[in-house]
Amino acid sequence: MDINELKRVASQVRRDIIRMVHGCQSGHPGGSLGATDLVTALYFDQMQIDPANFRMDGNGEDMFFLSNGHISPMFYSILARRGYFPVSELSTFRRLGTRLQGHPTTAEGLPGVRIASGSLGQGLSVAVGAAQAKRLNHDAHLVFVLMGDGEQDEGQIWEAAMYAGAKKIDNLIGIIDYNKKQIDGPTDSVMNLGDMRAKYEAFGWKVIELNGNDMQQVVDALRLARKEAGQGQPQLLLAHTEMGMGVDFMMGTHKWHGTPPNDEQAANALSQLEETLGDY
Amino acid sequence: MEVLEKKDTRSGFGAGLLEAGRRNPKVVAFCADLTGSLKMGDFAKEFPERFFQTGIAEANMTNMAAGMALSGFVPFTGTFAAFATGRVYDQIRQCVAYSNKNVKIAASHAGITLGEDGATHQILEDIGLMKMLPNMTVIVPCDYNQTKNATIAAAEYEGPVYLRFGRPKVPNFTPADQKFEIGKAQLLQEGKDVSIFACGHLVWKAMEALPILKEMGIEAELINIHTIKPLDMDAVLKSVAKTRCVVTAEEHQRNGGLGDSIAQVLALHHPAPIEMVAVNDVFGQSGTPDELMKAYHLDTPDIIEAVKKVVVRK
Repeated sequence: MDINELKRVASQVRRDIIRMVHGCQSGHPGGSLGATDLVTALYFDQMQIDPANFRMDGNGEDMFFLSNGHISPMFYSILARRGYFPVSELSTFRRLGTRLQGHPTTAEGLPGVRIASGSLGQGLSVAVGAAQAKRLNHDAHLVFVLMGDGEQDEGQIWEAAMYAGAKKIDNLIGIIDYNKKQIDGPTDSVMNLGDMRAKYEAFGWKVIELNGNDMQQVVDALRLARKEAGQGQPQLLLAHTEMGMGVDFMMGTHKWHGTPPNDEQAANALSQLEETLGDY
Repeated sequence: MEVLEKKDTRSGFGAGLLEAGRRNPKVVAFCADLTGSLKMGDFAKEFPERFFQTGIAEANMTNMAAGMALSGFVPFTGTFAAFATGRVYDQIRQCVAYSNKNVKIAASHAGITLGEDGATHQILEDIGLMKMLPNMTVIVPCDYNQTKNATIAAAEYEGPVYLRFGRPKVPNFTPADQKFEIGKAQLLQEGKDVSIFACGHLVWKAMEALPILKEMGIEAELINIHTIKPLDMDAVLKSVAKTRCVVTAEEHQRNGGLGDSIAQVLALHHPAPIEMVAVNDVFGQSGTPDELMKAYHLDTPDIIEAVKKVVVRK
């Protein structure tokens, strides 16, 4: 898909995010908006997948895991827009009986979700396990995992990072949504992450740094990572992003991490995001 | 009585894992730097490509197993019970139980018989932690043969399993070729005066109590509850209908253990007097396994005392 088409998808995904969290007055718009370009590029351009025939085992296709499950509105919108389930179902987000739980789960059988996430720091380990399964199955496809930067505080991330480097899990591509904000404020003040690039490199990873809100850079970085897979190192895309991207009053602050917009704010946000694929 | 060979249940796990690996090429194993303690060496040697040494990183191990289970593999994770449960409860809860992945949590050195290492390693709460999780099956086999057969059965079963076994060598008395049926209680001795429900190492302790009780004129029924969850309610209720009183015996806290589960069934369906042989809300300490079983009242005389107490409460 060409870059302009991807941007048009991303605009619709951002509209879906605003409408979903506004609709139920609950959810996490800021991080969802910031990570939209990364996951749009994965699902609409880069990953080899078969949405119409979702297979839990992921055999014979690329696999994606969302570790920071709270940005579920973005994930659900992209899965629906890509054809995993009806777009109309987005209106059920976080409502009683929905398959679109607050955080992604497998319990309700939503196509596209392979494991629960939400309790942070666990997705990288799951992805490493899935990547090793692909090796055992002689399946040359790749495993992608998106993590938050705040969840890098979790010790388990570094258990998994150490393992992946030591065992040369080179069919794994990790992505950090590096927006430098978490619930209590800037990561610099909550828990200074230091030199993330140097940390992952010290654990044996190859690191590609990029602007995660520049669709061309995202596509280029993913292409590069795919090309460099299988060379004895796990890879990390350290994607600098802006929380709230696309909605001016949600950018530059951590305030919209887990706060829904009211009617007026939602209208303002939607006026900034072009409806490209038709609202649900 | 013939002299029975003593063997550790963890070696039963090692042998069962090897056999499961031979039967099913999808069986894989992870271990957090305790390959020797868990007796996983034979599997690792025969199937090096299916064995994953994770280092001392149990959280990562648990979630990697869940990730691998996705693609149709049958992963076992191996470490001490303390680190297999409490340390990684959230990982198990989110990615194994809630996500309903086909992961087998193999937990060795459970209970007080871990011995000299002391209370940091002697987990007495793990059955409770695991049985509370929806989707989780909880198995506590009693000897080497049963642990081997339970391991094979766990590999063949689809869904999360917690498999609890121990460190010391104990009499190996169940038949080597006895098929393990998950969720099906095992009647070891018929009796009419009291029902003894035991699991793990306490099953043999209860076996030892039977002839002594008989001399005292008490005909005890002994049932091995090797599957704590799902509990064989029919077997429990059928026995209690006959005996009208119960003793439970386990190497675990009273809170959350086998006795807890049995008491719930009785309270809901067939109220009857019950006495519980279990650790009562304290941590363990260093000592030999035999010394500790005596000190924490988990021994044969403690079962006999409990029986004497309960039969007069009918």
